[in-house]
Amino acid sequence: MRIHCPFCGERDAQEFITLGQATGSRPDPASADAPEAFHDYLHLRDNPRGASTEHWYHAAGCRSWLRVTRDTVTHQVTATELVAR
Amino acid sequence: MRYSWLTLAAQAISKRTAWAPLWRDAAPQADYDVVIVGGGGHGLATAYYLAREFGIRRIALLERSWIGSGNAGRNTTIIRSNYGEPANAAFYEQSMKLWESLEQALNFNVMVSQRGVLNVYHSDAQRDAYARRGNTMRLHGIDAQLLDETQVRHMAPYLDFANARFPIRGGLLQGRGGTARHDAVVWGYARAASQLGVDIIQNCEVLGLRVTGGRMQGVETRRGFIGASKVGLAVAGDSSRLCATVGLRLPIETSVLQAMVTEGVKPLIPGVITFGAGHFYVSQSDKGGLVFGGDIESYNSYAQRGNLPVIQQVCEAGMALMPMIGRLRVLRTWAGNVDMSMDGSPFIDRTPIGGLYFNGGWCYGGFKATPASGWCFAHLIARDEAHTNAASFQLSRFRSGKVIDENGQGAQANLH
Repeated sequence: MRIHCPFCGERDAQEFITLGQATGSRPDPASADAPEAFHDYLHLRDNPRGASTEHWYHAAGCRSWLRVTRDTVTHQVTATELVAR
Repeated sequence: MRYSWLTLAAQAISKRTAWAPLWRDAAPQADYDVVIVGGGGHGLATAYYLAREFGIRRIALLERSWIGSGNAGRNTTIIRSNYGEPANAAFYEQSMKLWESLEQALNFNVMVSQRGVLNVYHSDAQRDAYARRGNTMRLHGIDAQLLDETQVRHMAPYLDFANARFPIRGGLLQGRGGTARHDAVVWGYARAASQLGVDIIQNCEVLGLRVTGGRMQGVETRRGFIGASKVGLAVAGDSSRLCATVGLRLPIETSVLQAMVTEGVKPLIPGVITFGAGHFYVSQSDKGGLVFGGDIESYNSYAQRGNLPVIQQVCEAGMALMPMIGRLRVLRTWAGNVDMSMDGSPFIDRTPIGGLYFNGGWCYGGFKATPASGWCFAHLIARDEAHTNAASFQLSRFRSGKVIDENGQGAQANLH
C-alpha cells in the first residue's frame, strides 16, 4: 500500500501511522450533552466498507498529519490532503 | 447416525457406501422462532445450544457462503483460558471446560489436543507480571504454572535463550490449553445442530433487518424475506455493516489478521509457544507444518488478505524466538476480517431493537471462545437475560466505564 504525501510524494505505507477514521470532531466539553457526545466521539465508529476518510501521520517522513481517502476493500488510496489546510 | 465402532465397522463392510452427509442443506421456510445470522463456529454453536440446552425449536442459521468459510476456517486453532481480567477469566474457563467434553457432547472428533500453551518471559518485570496473571488464573480455578529457564529449556531446547536483546528467563504454562481442529468444530456443531432440527441455510446472505415499531420482524435475504421475532447476529468482520442497516453504530473497527504455515517437519513444538517481547504465537499442526501469526494490520480493512510488512514483522519475531524457523519455507499465508472492539474484549448483548441480539467484537481471540460464546448467546436469546459469565460483555460498557481492557491500551482498536 502506498500513500501520496503532499510534501514527500508517493511513499510506502510503512512510513505512516494511522489513527483511524477522520469523521467527526472533538465535542465541546462545556456543552450539556458532553458525556454522551464524548462517548460517541471516542468509542463509536462508522467502520465503512469501501471509501473511508482517515487520519494518517507521516512519522518516518515530513511528520505531517494527512487526511487520506482510502478504499477499505481494495486498499487503494484515492486522495490525500494536509489536515492543517 | 451416531458414530461408534459399530457404525465404523458396518461402513467398512458395506464398502463405505452408506455414509450420509453430516447436515441437511435446508431451504428457507417462511418464518422461524429464532434466526441466527452467520454460519461460523459462534453461530453454529449458538444454534446447537439453543436447540439442546434451551429447548427452542424452529431455528434457522443463515450463512452467506458455505459454513465455516469466514474466520472459523482462517484462525490458528488455539484454545486457552489464560486471562487475568475477572470478566474474561470466568467466561474463557467456561469455554475451556466445554472444549474438554465437546467431542462426547457432539459425538464428533474435533481433535481437542491439550498440549499446553507456554508464554515465555524475558525480564524480571515480565516474570512478575506473568506470576501475577498466573496467580489470578489460579484464584479463578484455572491451571497455571510458572516455569523457570531450566524447565522451559527442557520443553523447548531450541528457543534462543541467550538472545542478546530478549533472553528467555522462563514462562507461564497453561497445561490444559492447546489446539482443536477448526473445520471439525464447524462440522461437529453443524451435524449436531442439524440432528436437533436446526435448518442450516447456506448461500443465503442477509441484506437487511426488518424492524417495525422497534421490534424485529425478520431478515431480508438473497433468498427472500424470512420472518423471526428473535434474530441473533454472529457475523464478525461484518458486524458494523449489518447493524448500520438499522442505524446502530458499534464500538468496532474491522481489521485484517494474517496467519502463516510452513512446510511440514517432524514433531518439534509440543504445544503452543508465544513470544513475550513481540506478538508471535506458534504451534505445529498434525500434518507437521508450523502454524503461526502475530499482529493485525494497523489500518481498517474488509479485504480478506493482508500485506507483506506484517508478514515480515511476524517472521522477525519468530526468528528472535526460535532462529531455526528461518530454515523452513512458508507454504501459505491467509487472512480473515476481525471485529476489533475498543477495549479488546467481546460483546454478547441485547441491542436497542427488541428481539435483536448481538455477538461480536472478538478481536483475534474468537476461536477459543466458540463453545462458551454459543452457550451464553443462546442463553441470552432464549431467556432474554445475560448468562452470568457473559454479563460484562455489554455494548454499553464504554458509557458506564466498565471496560474490560486486558492490555490497557484504551480506545484505540488497532493496538489491542
